[in-house]
Amino acid sequence: MTLSRRGRTLITDALAAGLAIWPVVIPLSAAALTLLLRRWPALQRGVMEIAVVAMLVAAALLLVRTRSGGAIVMKFGGWERPYSVTFVADVLSAALCTTAGIVALAVAVFARADVRARRRRAGFDPMFLGMLAAVNGAFLTGDLFNLYVWFELMLVTALGLVTLDRRRAQIDGAIRYAAMSMMGATFMLVGIGLLYGEAGTLDLVHLSVTLAGRAPSVTTSVAAYLLLTGLVLKAGLFPLFFWLPASYHTAPISVSAALAGLLTKVAFYACLRVFVLVFGVGRGVPVVSGLPTLFALLAAATMLVSVLAAIAQVDVRRLLAFHVVGQVAYLMMGLALASRAGSGAAIFYTMHTMLVQTGLFLGAGAIARAGGGYDLRGLGALIREHPRFSALFAVLALSISGVPPLSGFWAKAFVIDAAFRSESPVAVWLVAVAVVTGFLTLYSMSVLWTQAFWRRRTREGHVARPIPPAMVAGVALLAACTLGLGLAIEPAVRLSRDAAAQLRPDAAMPNVGASVDTGRPR
Amino acid sequence: MSVLYAVVAASLFGCGLYMVLSRHIVRMVLGLSLLTTAVNLVLFQAGRIRSTQPPIIAEGVEVLGDSADPVPQALVLTAIVIGFALTVILAALALRAWRGDGTLRSDELHSARDLGDPLAPGPDVDH
Repeated sequence: MTLSRRGRTLITDALAAGLAIWPVVIPLSAAALTLLLRRWPALQRGVMEIAVVAMLVAAALLLVRTRSGGAIVMKFGGWERPYSVTFVADVLSAALCTTAGIVALAVAVFARADVRARRRRAGFDPMFLGMLAAVNGAFLTGDLFNLYVWFELMLVTALGLVTLDRRRAQIDGAIRYAAMSMMGATFMLVGIGLLYGEAGTLDLVHLSVTLAGRAPSVTTSVAAYLLLTGLVLKAGLFPLFFWLPASYHTAPISVSAALAGLLTKVAFYACLRVFVLVFGVGRGVPVVSGLPTLFALLAAATMLVSVLAAIAQVDVRRLLAFHVVGQVAYLMMGLALASRAGSGAAIFYTMHTMLVQTGLFLGAGAIARAGGGYDLRGLGALIREHPRFSALFAVLALSISGVPPLSGFWAKAFVIDAAFRSESPVAVWLVAVAVVTGFLTLYSMSVLWTQAFWRRRTREGHVARPIPPAMVAGVALLAACTLGLGLAIEPAVRLSRDAAAQLRPDAAMPNVGASVDTGRPR
Repeated sequence: MSVLYAVVAASLFGCGLYMVLSRHIVRMVLGLSLLTTAVNLVLFQAGRIRSTQPPIIAEGVEVLGDSADPVPQALVLTAIVIGFALTVILAALALRAWRGDGTLRSDELHSARDLGDPLAPGPDVDH
């Protein structure tokens, strides 16, 4: 039986549009399944691992498809844009979904040795998968309110993950995290409400077109600053970052790693969409004035405060949590330049930092397994028993400090290069702060590495325990990724440039070919 | 009507913010739920309060006449559910904290801060 040509194009179009929701559908349905399998931890783990691999494959396919065929738009319920809630998969969304997939895979592998049956019975797998679905949903949605909903789903699952062991410190950390995040969500939601009242739409592209065609108004400005407050809080930027180092270190280390790699980056992604696409930062006449200067101030303050705080820490997890804050500041610096090169650099930096932050936290888990704790004052000379692992950790530590040829070097180089090319009056100051912070990060990482791996053991006679192969594999995957991203820099740069170029309404709107009605017959 | 709405929303925001700033976790939870209520009013007002007609095109008519905007109502419904869920989670955490640490004052809860405190004596000191 042969299908008519029209029928075949309909099917391929429907499959292509469906591709945009697989990175959400797969983890979400697997989360439901693992919830049903709660009493069988081994089975639960199997389903989770298969789902993570499938999600990564779906995201990679989506990336290939968006690279060759442009953005994919999926309209739910078959309503026409802008009346429908849409999923829009462009290069930026697909690239970040793929990176999130790699991060999830590394965490899933590491969790084989770290997350035991007790934690799985407490619900690690369904909540981890739910968080992945929320992360991908936030990357893929084309609707501002929908974005908020994914943020809340992320928060709920993250809270469940942080309190997995129900330790007192975890409950304490989760209360601080939940209260601050709810405040941030409130600010965001008021901003979204005002924006809807002003423009009458919630579709990101339609919002952008509508706002660009109007005279600047007080409501729009207030909405922009409210959204900024909410997103700054969720992204962990100065002065609203303190919930992050107060809660991330209490979670089981696999969870800390996933949170560090994914959540604040999703918030920064939302900043890109909201401020570059909707409010048109860096595109002709801005809808709201003064934003780039504010971004620059936030970025510079965050960099200095976080790296100085990191240097003072003795607990590996707390030290790394402050670096999570500091790295988001570099992303914000790219946004503050208000240029396409700046956005492109920030996008590349986002991919790099997702991989490396997760790798470092997973590495910290392995260090604690070998050395018996997270306190640097009790660690030392792990290189004696674990020479190969110490090299792996050094790769990640050098990458976050910006040493060539790792991806961290290129990420910092592109942001600084974009700063010199931009017309921003504060660019030179930003570069100065970024370079100083880079050196301080290198110092902090050298101290961490030397104290854990190199210097004489404080407790002599203490023999390091073996590190399970699953833990090494998880860290090795991410170390290989940062090295690979650094060596294959040319395609990665082209990818992030194309992604940045699509952050315009005219590039995001047409979507010929792949846009398909789902639900209603034609 | 709009002014009344704005005044009510503003006072709810004020009360909510005041209570969120409290050091007592239960007051904080109540403050946050007040804030989510205030946000719902803002969302509802964002669609303008005009008609009570449902937005359904009558038979034989081509254009939709004067009717209520359905989008804010959908948004408010979603926001109510999310706000409720988060308030419940926060309340559960507060209960857990009360059982574990025996206090509901956020300045007396310090187990997260103590974990890996750089000023606390290290493991090599007490040996």
